[in-house]
Amino acid sequence: MTIQFKDESFRGDFTYANSPSNIPRFPFPFPEDEYMYSTNIEPHHAARVGSPFENAFDVDEHYVAEMKDRALVLADDPGRCQALPHMETAGWDFLELVMVSKARDYPDLFKLTMDGGHWHWINKPLQIDDTFTFGDSSTLPCHPMEYIGRQVQGDHAILDQRDGNLWMDAGIITAQADWSLDFDIGMNFFEWHAPVPLAHELGVFQRALKFLLTLPQGQPSRRLNWTLTVNPRLDTSPENYPKWGPDKLTVTPENIGEKVHLRVELQTFWRLPRSNAILFPIRTYLMAMNEVVTQPKWGRRLHRVMRDLRPELVNYKGLSRYHPILVEWLSQFDDGAPTSPGIFPD
Amino acid sequence: MSASDHLIPVVVSNVVEVNPIIKRFEFRHVNGDELPAFSGGAHIVVEMLDDGTKRKNPYSLMSSPFERDQYAISVRRDDTGRGGSKFMHEQVQPGMQMKISAPVNLFALDLRARKHLMIAGGIGITPFIAQMAQADKLGVPFELHYAARSVSQAAYMDSLADRFGDHVSCYCDDQGEGIDLEMLLSNQPLGTHVYVCGPKGMIERVVETATNLGWPAAHVHFEHFLAPPVGEPFDVHLAKAGIDITVGAEQSLLEAVEASGTPINCMCRGGACGQCETVVVACDGDIMHNDHWLDEEQRASRQRIMPCVSRFRGKRLELDL
Ligand code: FES
Repeated sequence: MTIQFKDESFRGDFTYANSPSNIPRFPFPFPEDEYMYSTNIEPHHAARVGSPFENAFDVDEHYVAEMKDRALVLADDPGRCQALPHMETAGWDFLELVMVSKARDYPDLFKLTMDGGHWHWINKPLQIDDTFTFGDSSTLPCHPMEYIGRQVQGDHAILDQRDGNLWMDAGIITAQADWSLDFDIGMNFFEWHAPVPLAHELGVFQRALKFLLTLPQGQPSRRLNWTLTVNPRLDTSPENYPKWGPDKLTVTPENIGEKVHLRVELQTFWRLPRSNAILFPIRTYLMAMNEVVTQPKWGRRLHRVMRDLRPELVNYKGLSRYHPILVEWLSQFDDGAPTSPGIFPD
Repeated sequence: MSASDHLIPVVVSNVVEVNPIIKRFEFRHVNGDELPAFSGGAHIVVEMLDDGTKRKNPYSLMSSPFERDQYAISVRRDDTGRGGSKFMHEQVQPGMQMKISAPVNLFALDLRARKHLMIAGGIGITPFIAQMAQADKLGVPFELHYAARSVSQAAYMDSLADRFGDHVSCYCDDQGEGIDLEMLLSNQPLGTHVYVCGPKGMIERVVETATNLGWPAAHVHFEHFLAPPVGEPFDVHLAKAGIDITVGAEQSLLEAVEASGTPINCMCRGGACGQCETVVVACDGDIMHNDHWLDEEQRASRQRIMPCVSRFRGKRLELDL
């Protein structure tokens, strides 16, 4: 299978769109008609050929365009990529994991040759052909985390483990849903989750932390998270709020289908071998409401989920402004029929 | 799911008698593949098929984290234990095939440290051998202080002295030597982290001395695996599975649950990681907790048990498994 990479934008004229064949492989985040917080973590093993869970690191038609968008963000604001000094080994762990996985899963796109510590990496879609010495950062143009982070879709936080907690001590974060690495760097698990309502009372974080602290090597896990974004904008960072915040005001019943996007994060968790850190990739998928409802099951279910969403969550996810219009608009796709369990389209 | 569901098939490539009570075992992947990379302080769980009993014991990796063609562990023979170390000493020969888990690290170096101060007692030396290789490669200063009963029991001391010179010091009981902890811990540069692995009393002394000297708790690290204790056999009802099992005298509750085919999480198998924590549905009798995970309150509530190291005496124990 060769992937046709799209030439598209996530800003300005927003030419981002999903090809019809790409729609059914969207990681729709609602397995039921109702949404509530849960830890919902499952093993990240290969699942369903053609789904985003098929490979360790999913590559799809948006790969090249997303990497160009990342380069733009980093050129503008180098602070989006930061690593505290003790995170260098973790950066090499991350680089190795991505290179080994991609070369294995997409042999027509990526190639890795290891001759002892002497490595040769070819990334065809991005036209990269580099040699370097594994573990020696002076042989790369930048920190190993940045080097590989510019070649893998999704944001990546690297969490150091110590004192029975996880610390956000490194990351390359350019496509975040309203949080900031610059703000969170050096914080522990509870500190960076502090603003999330309800979850604390439910003990979700305690359980999630305990789970992550004992995450075994070689057995990654995953979960889905979601929000909505107006326009297919990847970079919805707090720093840029003036750029994307006002977009919310532009939603009307007429344009809602193309403007409002379901934004899904496929979060995975990997124990890194040499640093004992945890790699936390957050891969973002965007899909316009018009595209979502092409799958009848998804249209029906999304209406029910949105209609019954608890007010504190509507507020927390920043949807208040257009939530009523959205529920109204989605209702036309809900014929009242039952939905099948699970997230995949019928 | 647990780490032990994903075992790696290995062949014993070498068995070395280090001294009368310690043997070193080296493993290679059966296919000659590379073994997973790991960090200093990690352990693996070794599965032993001992005449119908399946035993799994954790052992620290002592080979260099930068070598992936083989792993090495050291096993101290304990004739009063459950038989795992005896099995390793008596039955395991080069060429034998065994299974091991992927490495797990519950005793990692704090990579922010400006200096690593390592204190080992007896067989507690093993995680430090890998950690020294790591610290050395990363170029971070380290010092090892190693207490042993006698010169002949100070395993690996000679080779460590060869490799790391005066970064290592040894203290032998029979020579009347001992580590002056007060002195050692009060003379460290700011940013030093101390790590201790050895007998319980030693860990307590180091933690106490460091605390009294004002060391921040986050700079004091210890590894304390318990070998599951032996005891009287007892019966347990597994509520979800709807079965009764018997835990043998030399078996752990965790091993008995596994032998019944009932799924259970585990990782350290030594009461330290918290993975195997299980809800107690009913308890008429006494739980001997033995773990390092539950706090006093949880123990007193009798609603939680760590099956890897805990035993039971009484009429009825029912678990949510
Ligand atoms: S397996 Fe680690 S505490 Fe029981």
